Amino acid sequence: MSVALQESTTGALQPGRVGSARRQRERWLNPLILGGGALLALIVLFVVLYPFISPFDPTAPDFTQPPLSPPSRTHLLGTDSFGRDTLTRLAYGGRVDLLVALIGTAGTVIVGGILGLIAGYAGGWADTLIMRLVDFTLTMPYLVLVIAIVAILGPGTENIVYAIWLVGWVAYARIVRAETLVARRQEYVEAARVVGMGTKRIVLRHILPNVAAAALVYAMADMVLNILLASSLSFLGLGTQPPNPEWGLMVAEARDFFLRDWRLMTYPGLAVLVTGAALGLIGDGLAQALRPKG
Amino acid sequence: MTGYILRRVAYMVPVLFLITLFTFFLVRLVPGDPVTAMLGPRGTPERRAAMEKAMKLDRPIWEQYVAFVTGAARGDLGDSLWKKQPVTRVLADRIPPTLFLVFYALVMTIILTLPLAGWAALNKGRWPDQFVRVFTVVSLAMPVYWIGLMLLQLFAVKRKLFPVSGWGEGFLGHLHALFLPALGLTLAIASLTIRSLRNAMLETMGQDFVRTARAKGIGERAVFTGHVLRNSALSTVTILGINLAFLIGGTTITETIFAIPGLGQLIVTAVFQRDYPVIQGVTLTIGIMVLLINLVVDLTYAMLDPRVSYT
Repeated sequence: MSVALQESTTGALQPGRVGSARRQRERWLNPLILGGGALLALIVLFVVLYPFISPFDPTAPDFTQPPLSPPSRTHLLGTDSFGRDTLTRLAYGGRVDLLVALIGTAGTVIVGGILGLIAGYAGGWADTLIMRLVDFTLTMPYLVLVIAIVAILGPGTENIVYAIWLVGWVAYARIVRAETLVARRQEYVEAARVVGMGTKRIVLRHILPNVAAAALVYAMADMVLNILLASSLSFLGLGTQPPNPEWGLMVAEARDFFLRDWRLMTYPGLAVLVTGAALGLIGDGLAQALRPKG
Repeated sequence: MTGYILRRVAYMVPVLFLITLFTFFLVRLVPGDPVTAMLGPRGTPERRAAMEKAMKLDRPIWEQYVAFVTGAARGDLGDSLWKKQPVTRVLADRIPPTLFLVFYALVMTIILTLPLAGWAALNKGRWPDQFVRVFTVVSLAMPVYWIGLMLLQLFAVKRKLFPVSGWGEGFLGHLHALFLPALGLTLAIASLTIRSLRNAMLETMGQDFVRTARAKGIGERAVFTGHVLRNSALSTVTILGINLAFLIGGTTITETIFAIPGLGQLIVTAVFQRDYPVIQGVTLTIGIMVLLINLVVDLTYAMLDPRVSYT
């Protein structure tokens, strides 16, 4: 299994390939990163700012407003079965999903990255121990494991983050280990060792910058997966609890009203889809920028 | 080869042992217990004690574990606490729908992957390539539960083209009833396989042996199917293998939405009911499935690439 990961990530970064400053800038400002970044910026702006603009409450049922009303000038995307403004709930719900994805992914990158560096650079029994743990975690079906962990901790938004931390580090450990194995054989690492640099300094100054790129590219795809995971669990009733808004939960709440108003279920699903697509485009763009031949 | 397979199967035993150990203690950490879940708030202390005794939940936890492992080694996974049936019987009913669904989705994924990846690779940088890229980005971000519900509402509830629940009767019935769930799963995972096959094809097309084949005068079509496709398949088989394990996990949501009586639906209800033996049985079954899939993937390498040999 590691074959594919190594193939897709090894050589992602070719150190020492210095172009002119303008070429460098063009490489980073490719249309995929620009497009995805613009889309993501719009979503983040909406999610952060709209709650300040909106006059409506995201959780309290509002019986002064017509329930399940179609889009109008007061309710741009209509209301749900409790008369709550859909656009407002989308914004508040997005905060939950984006935060879970961000905090969840950051934690797994750090834990998986450190373990991968240790396994790849130190080798020996540390490598064996960490990789056995990786193999074992991979044997457990991801979603089943997360459902079990959330069942232990109890349903709730924070517990999804803990579940992500417990199982998500595996991919980063594998990627960073594979990259470290390549990087440690490079001449500049050997030169640093000959000069008499300490292990800590070699790893932090010479290995880490070269393996970070591959982990970063994967992190973009992983953020998408974590948004999907958080919303899936909330959809199943194991994540964010009503009356709080969350995109997956909003889909679950709207399913019974699909035949009366299909739009209610469409909006939160599209929100997940567009956010994921924006992150995916950025990931693609980063991969392209880092792999010169692409 | 036989020796290699035997060694791999032997290696599964400790991993499966770890899985039983892990799930056994994991499910018992879950707050709440089956007796409370069954009797509800009306359970008197005497009834509770009698029930715990009947289910052997009053024994020390290590004794329960030893009983479970020795039983499992003999093919006895205990009785479901709710269904009053042997877990093996429950599993035997639930495995076929899940396997059918997973392989259905797998076949659909391959049918979708081959032409799209080929189309994109042959038109690198032109609009078909961009179109396929957009498709894969969207497909990666597609929530399985959402696309499943949309398909269900549009094609099963509104236009009654497919059944709303169950997995149908007979082979054709299964094909019909599981079409929407399999399609939903396929749309959610096809992006990874399409992308990896496209990249592998492009890499292969730049190889010397492809140029040699063209120089020999072999037709474009034969070069593509005989040289490019076959050599690109290797990495895609890996991706498919990883995804198959992911797919089995993904069936939990799909089976819940489409009310398919499979393993995924079983474990979700079992977690809510605290049906310990069933949870253990399902995790063990899925663990065995994933390990077997990994073995098949490794053996496929040898089939596709003569340079890979197992001794």
